Amino acid sequence: MTEAPVLGMGLGMPSRLRRLGPRVGLAAALVLLFAALSLARPNFLTVANLINLVRQISINGILAVGVTFVLLTGGVDLSLGSLVALTGVAAASFAHPGQFPVIVPVAIGILAGAACGVLNGVVVTRGRVAPFIATLGMMTAARGLALLISEGKPVSNLRGSFTVIGSGQVWGVPVPVLVLCLVALAASVVLRKFRMGRYLYAVGGNQSAARASGVRVNRVKMFAYTLCGALAGLAGVVLAARITTGQPNAGAGYELDAIAAAVIGGTSLSGGTGGAGGTVLGALLMGVINNGLDLLNVPSYYQQIVKGVIIVGAVWMDRSRQNK
Amino acid sequence: MTVLEARDVSKSFAGEKALSGVSLDIHRSEVHALVGENGAGKSTLMKILAGQLEADSGSVAFHGERGVAMIHQEPMTFPDLTVAENICMGREPAGRFPGTVDRRAMRREGAALLERLGSRLDPDRNMRGLSVGLMQMVEIAKALAREAEVILMDEPTSALSAHETNLLFDVVHDLTGDGVAVVYTSHKMAEIFRIADRVSVLRDGRHIATHPASELNERRLVALMVGRELEAAPAREPAAVEAGAGVGGGSEEEQGVALEVRGLSKPGKLHGIQLKVRKGEILGITGLMGSGRTALACALFGLAPAKGGEIRVNGRVVRIANPSDALSNGIAMVTEDRQASGIVPRMSVEQNLTLPSLGAVSHGPWIDGRAERKMATAQMRALSIKASSPRQEIAGLSGGNQQKVMIGRALLTNPGILILDEPTRGIDIGAKAEVHELIRKLAREGKAILMISSEMPEILALSDRIVVMRGGAISAELDPRTATQEQILEHAMPEGA
Repeated sequence: MTEAPVLGMGLGMPSRLRRLGPRVGLAAALVLLFAALSLARPNFLTVANLINLVRQISINGILAVGVTFVLLTGGVDLSLGSLVALTGVAAASFAHPGQFPVIVPVAIGILAGAACGVLNGVVVTRGRVAPFIATLGMMTAARGLALLISEGKPVSNLRGSFTVIGSGQVWGVPVPVLVLCLVALAASVVLRKFRMGRYLYAVGGNQSAARASGVRVNRVKMFAYTLCGALAGLAGVVLAARITTGQPNAGAGYELDAIAAAVIGGTSLSGGTGGAGGTVLGALLMGVINNGLDLLNVPSYYQQIVKGVIIVGAVWMDRSRQNK
Repeated sequence: MTVLEARDVSKSFAGEKALSGVSLDIHRSEVHALVGENGAGKSTLMKILAGQLEADSGSVAFHGERGVAMIHQEPMTFPDLTVAENICMGREPAGRFPGTVDRRAMRREGAALLERLGSRLDPDRNMRGLSVGLMQMVEIAKALAREAEVILMDEPTSALSAHETNLLFDVVHDLTGDGVAVVYTSHKMAEIFRIADRVSVLRDGRHIATHPASELNERRLVALMVGRELEAAPAREPAAVEAGAGVGGGSEEEQGVALEVRGLSKPGKLHGIQLKVRKGEILGITGLMGSGRTALACALFGLAPAKGGEIRVNGRVVRIANPSDALSNGIAMVTEDRQASGIVPRMSVEQNLTLPSLGAVSHGPWIDGRAERKMATAQMRALSIKASSPRQEIAGLSGGNQQKVMIGRALLTNPGILILDEPTRGIDIGAKAEVHELIRKLAREGKAILMISSEMPEILALSDRIVVMRGGAISAELDPRTATQEQILEHAMPEGA
C-alpha cells in the first residue's frame, strides 16, 4: 500500500522502494520534461512562467485531490465540473460589492459543493446506485441548477476582496497555489495519519474485509463524497474569483482532467491504492505538458491528442511495472 | 503410461525460489497426491503442470490429446452467469445459427454433469451467492465437461462437507476408471490414504520422494513432509468449565454464560436457534454445506443479521445490526473465506492486524504510529507470524500466516466471544497444529469460542460440546468424549437420506 505511515525502524527496504516506485517514475518524467523544455525554450524556466504554470494547475489540482478520496474507495465522481460551475455561480451571487463579508460567498461555495457531495454519497450508499451513474446524474442536474440560478448569464460585478482569491499573491505566491498546497498537505495528513484515511484504503482494498473489521463502510464513503464535493466547491470559488465571474458554463470536462491527474499519480481506479502526493505530481505533469506545448506553439487541437496519449501511456507504464 | 511429465522444473518469484529442479511423472488412471507444507511449492507446481505458469527452467511434456484442467483452491467463477454457463464456459454447444449458443443443450449438459457429481444444484441459478463448496462443485463439473485427461485439483475438499467429499471421491474413482489421471493436493492425511495411488512429497520447493500410497503410513508421510518425526497431536483436554447438557437445562448457573442465543431466526436460513456458550468453553458447530453454520455465525457477528430472536452477551440483551455492533459487544469473528472477506491484500501485515482496533492506538482521529507498531509487533511475536517486516504486504504471506494474522486481528479487539469459521481451512499441518494449540489456549484464558468446522477430527479433538446443524436448525448436541464421526454424520445428513 502506498500510504503507509512512514515510521522509523528502517524495515522492509524493498517494500519502501516499491512504495515510492510510481512516484519516482513520475518525478523522473517531470525532471526530464523540465530539462528538455528549458533547453528548447529559454522562457520556460523563468519565475513568471513557472508561477503561471502552477497557477494553471491549481484548480485541477484541488479537484484531483478531492477525487482521489473517492477513487480510493473504489468509486468515481463525474459531477466535479458541474459542481465547479454551480458553486462558482452560488458564491458569486453573494460576492457583489458591499453585500456580505467575503467569508460568506466562500462558505456558500464550499457548503454548496459539500451538500451535492452528501447527495452523491447518499445515492451511492443508501440507494446502492453505481457511483458512475449517481454522479453522472449529479453532473447533469448541477449544471441545470447552475444555469437556473444564474438565469443562464454570467454573474459578474464581484468585490475586490473576493477576486483577490483568484488573482492575489502572498509573498509572490499566487493565492490559488497556496490553496492547493494547503489542500494537498491536509489531504496527505488525513490519508496517512488519520483513522479515516486508513479506512478509505481498507474499503477500497477489500470492502467485505473492512466491513468484517467493524469499519462503517457507508460512513467512510459518505466522507469521501462529501469531502470531494466540498473541494469542488473550493475550486469553484477559486475559479469564479480568478475569472471575476460566476460562469454557469464553466468547468466542462474538469472532472476527467482531475481523474486523469489522480490516475497518472498512481491512484487506482479500482480503489485501495494511491495518495494525495502522487495526485499533485500527476496534475503537475499534465500542467507542464500543457505549458510546454503552448510555449512550443503546438496548436491546442494537438495538445488534446498529446494529453490523451499521456493519460493512457502513464497508466500503461504503471501496469507493466506492476506485472513484472 | 506417463501422460504428463515435468523434468527438472525450477521457478522463482521475486528472487525467492519456489521450485528447484523438480521432476515428476503422472500416469494415466492414477490418483497422484502432491503433499507438502504450505510454501513447499505444491500450488506452483500444479500451475506449471497446468500450463498456467511458465517454468524458469526445465520442461513439461504432455503425452495426451485433450488436455489438462485445473481446479483452483479459490474457485474462479463468473458470478453473474448461471451454473450451466459457468460449466460450459469456452465450449458452449453451438446453436442453429453461427455464433449462437444452444442454451437448452447447455442446460442439459450442465444438469447431467452435476448429477454425475451427485449435486442437486439448479443449472439455471446464478453463481453469485453460492457457497465456496458449491462453487467448487461447479468447477469440478467444468473440468469434467472438458473431458480432460489430467485433472489437477488444488485442495478440492478443503471447503467440502464429508458428504460432498465422499461424492467427489466416487467421481474421482470413475474418472480414473476411464483413464484420467487426477493430481490432487490436500492437507487431510486420511483422504490421501483413502484415494491416492501414489504420493509425491515436496519440501521447500524440492521433490523429496514419490512412493505408492500402500508403502506409506501417516507418520512416515508427515516425517517426509516436515523432514523430521512429529509427535502425535495432543489428545483432547477436559473442558475447563464443566459443560453441562446446556440447551433446555433451565436451572443451571447463569454466571459463566458469555453468549446466549434464544430463538434466533432468519427466514429460509435459520430456525429457532437456541444456544449457550460459557466462558472458557469451545463450542464446536458442524453440519453439511448450507446447514446454517455460517448463517448462524454471520447473524451473531452482524454480517447478515437475524430477523427474529434474542442474543444475550453476559446476560444482557444486545442488538447486533452490523459487525461494528458485534465488536463493541465483545464478539469477534474470523471469517470463512480469507481472500473474499478477510485480508485487505494491498495493506501491510501491520495494517491488517490493527484495522478493527485503530481506536485503541489513536488520539481522536490521529493514529499513533508508534503505538500501532507496538501493538502489531507484539501480536506478530505472540502468534509467531512469519513476515519479513510488519510492513510487508499481507498478500505475500503463506496461507497459514495470513490466517494467523486474521486470528490476531480478531484477538486485538479483546473479545470475550470468538467465532472461528473454518479456522484451519487450507493451511498446512504445522500451522494447523499451532492454530489448534492457540484455540485451546484462548479457551483456557476464559474466552468463549464458537468454532465452525467441517473437519470432524478437528471438531472432535477441540470441542467441549458439539452442536450439529441441519437445514438451518440444531439437530443434535453431542458430547465429544463419547461422540463418533458416524454419529455426527447421522445428525448432519438430510433426514431420510
